[in-house]
Amino acid sequence: MSNEQEHPRKAFGWAARDSSGVLSPFSFSRRESGEKDVTFKVLYCGICHSDLHMVKNEWGFSTYPLVPGHEIVGEVTEVGSNVQKFKVGDKVGVGCIVGACRSCDSCTDHLENYCPKQILTYSAKYYDGTTTYGGYSDIMVADEHFVLRIPDNLPLDCAAPLLCAGITTYSPLRYFGLDKPGMHVGVVGLGGLGHVAVKFAKAMGVKVTVISTSPNKEEEAVKHLGADSFLVSRDQDQMQAAIGTMDGIIDTVSAQHPLLPLIGLLKSHGKLVMVGAPEKPLELPVFPLLMGRKMVAGSGIGGMKETQEMINFAAKHNITADIEVIPIDYLNTAMERLAKADVRYRFVIDIGNTLKARS
Amino acid sequence: MAKSPEEEHPQKVFGWAARDSSGSLSLFHFSRRENADGDVTIKVLYCGVCHSDLHSVKNDWGFTNYPIVPGHEIVGVVTKTGKSVTKFKEGDRVGVGVMVGSCNTCETCQQDLENYCPKVIFTYNSLNHDKTKTYGGYSDMIVVDHRFVLRFPDNLPPDSGAPLLCAGITVYSPMKYYGMTEPGKHLGVAGLGGLGHIAVKIGKAFGLKVTVISTSPAKEDEAINRLGADSFVVSTDPAQLKAAMGTMDYIIDTVSAVHALAPLIGLLKLNGKLVTVGLPNKPLELPIFPLVLGRKLVGGSDVGGIKETQEMLDFCAKHNITSEIELIKMDYINTAMERLAKSDVRYRFVIDVGNSLSQ
Repeated sequence: MSNEQEHPRKAFGWAARDSSGVLSPFSFSRRESGEKDVTFKVLYCGICHSDLHMVKNEWGFSTYPLVPGHEIVGEVTEVGSNVQKFKVGDKVGVGCIVGACRSCDSCTDHLENYCPKQILTYSAKYYDGTTTYGGYSDIMVADEHFVLRIPDNLPLDCAAPLLCAGITTYSPLRYFGLDKPGMHVGVVGLGGLGHVAVKFAKAMGVKVTVISTSPNKEEEAVKHLGADSFLVSRDQDQMQAAIGTMDGIIDTVSAQHPLLPLIGLLKSHGKLVMVGAPEKPLELPVFPLLMGRKMVAGSGIGGMKETQEMINFAAKHNITADIEVIPIDYLNTAMERLAKADVRYRFVIDIGNTLKARS
Repeated sequence: MAKSPEEEHPQKVFGWAARDSSGSLSLFHFSRRENADGDVTIKVLYCGVCHSDLHSVKNDWGFTNYPIVPGHEIVGVVTKTGKSVTKFKEGDRVGVGVMVGSCNTCETCQQDLENYCPKVIFTYNSLNHDKTKTYGGYSDMIVVDHRFVLRFPDNLPPDSGAPLLCAGITVYSPMKYYGMTEPGKHLGVAGLGGLGHIAVKIGKAFGLKVTVISTSPAKEDEAINRLGADSFVVSTDPAQLKAAMGTMDYIIDTVSAVHALAPLIGLLKLNGKLVTVGLPNKPLELPIFPLVLGRKLVGGSDVGGIKETQEMLDFCAKHNITSEIELIKMDYINTAMERLAKSDVRYRFVIDVGNSLSQ
């Protein structure tokens, strides 16, 4: 059955057809609202670096045609008969997952993101065996359990990236206890994830140092994002002076990079948390880990309960992403620029105003 | 001109030392300080042979300062105490572990974590406060600041209890710190040597289910029938590894050779913790994806503070936990070191210093 006929409702978006990663208009279909489903008109969708990895099949599990997008916000147009939490007109969002088993220990603990049967928002198999398509499209249908409420005071366009970048950095700050006022946390990499991490950490009362390879990001980091200080990671003297000063580090860098200097920045008992996912293993120097009882951990997005908590926290502290709004036609250029980290700091597609089905 | 080891201090002593990176040990005459007000003088009865002793005599880690008298699993009897010492008296049975001094004033020392003090003084191959070298327990007597002397419980045999002073605390401390003490949880112990076999015993005493992970199938019978492990996984057998994937809450990794972390990380459940206590002389490869997908961590740990070492000794005395040892004479030490290099010992050599070390 073709993509257009698979489901009863017509949908339209942009998809990549192969690992060249080039996206173009794509007609497909979505299911009717089941009794627990929420249907919404997509207004904005953030472009996450994962979208770029996936359209190019860099992680090896992409299924084509692939409609990316898991930082999706919009307005509810229909709710299923058994939907409790949302009504027509509500401003809502969907993040990285749209399904899970709902019965394992992880799901019961509100950690759907760690459920072995989690269903990703795109390029995955839904409960009915059909492929999931993401938010570079005109409408979304999702189980209410996986839909987030966007508070009124958060502008939709710059709230969209919170749905992935936001929760990805918020969750480890909480889980690893790097959220206590007076602590000193480093953020490695000042991109989509990094800049949001700085804002969250500052709102939690934490002293923040940005660690970056680009000296020209210092002014932005300190004056605009509120970081307390800035370290150029290739500058030996700066790094030396900061040795043993950080309670924790959130490392957002997904390229290969050395861990040794970062471990050196940690105080004893410090924690280096990886939220970027380099493809190949990194070198772990064991001596410094032992001599300071330090640790290297990983963290990936967050569960639904925590994602809502994060959005509410962001609303309370007026935290949104710094974005560049683009029309859908700019998408491939945006992907090329993203590959070169040429964006401050997230592209957000103005779906509502620029994605129109071709007749 | 610098004084010779024999003339440096007023008390003449002797022991066995390595003079160069061949690691070959032989009789060595040197000297120790007078017993100061805060000191305890100890006649050495037994000293365990730790793998670190072997690494140090061969300068595997690159910072050995020859001549080196190793030995940091020391059990002996008090022969003299300084004026301000109240905790010990002549005739007491005591132990000395991995360190003999620290700054005593920093935050780390105040938190009873002398082992992480930036100015920690190790029992051998370190510098005393007066800048003279420290010499370890392969010698007839040792003079130690009372704050770094442990009370050795009466019901612990001094020979098979000696290895607790390094091996024991090395596995006990991370088990407490990383929360590996909940009865019913599942602990993996990688490597069944001096550290590993004690980790099994302590793990069982905490009420944990214990699985030994080893490259040597021949160790299975011992692990289960003698040490009390619940199960055994041969880490070079892909089928066994696969069957055990995602089953362990924690793993203590005692292996000091360079080895693969990926299979061990795979054995961990969600939020699982791998703590490495062995010291390979090169970095290990750390795959990041599995950490992110399972919110897992890899941490280090290095012995423990004095307070915790005493707690560990008392715990072992209560649960009758001692090391499995092969008691040797002093002049067997070079053969013992060769056998240790081939892991040919069940599971710790202990030198009968009191009865076999002579001039």
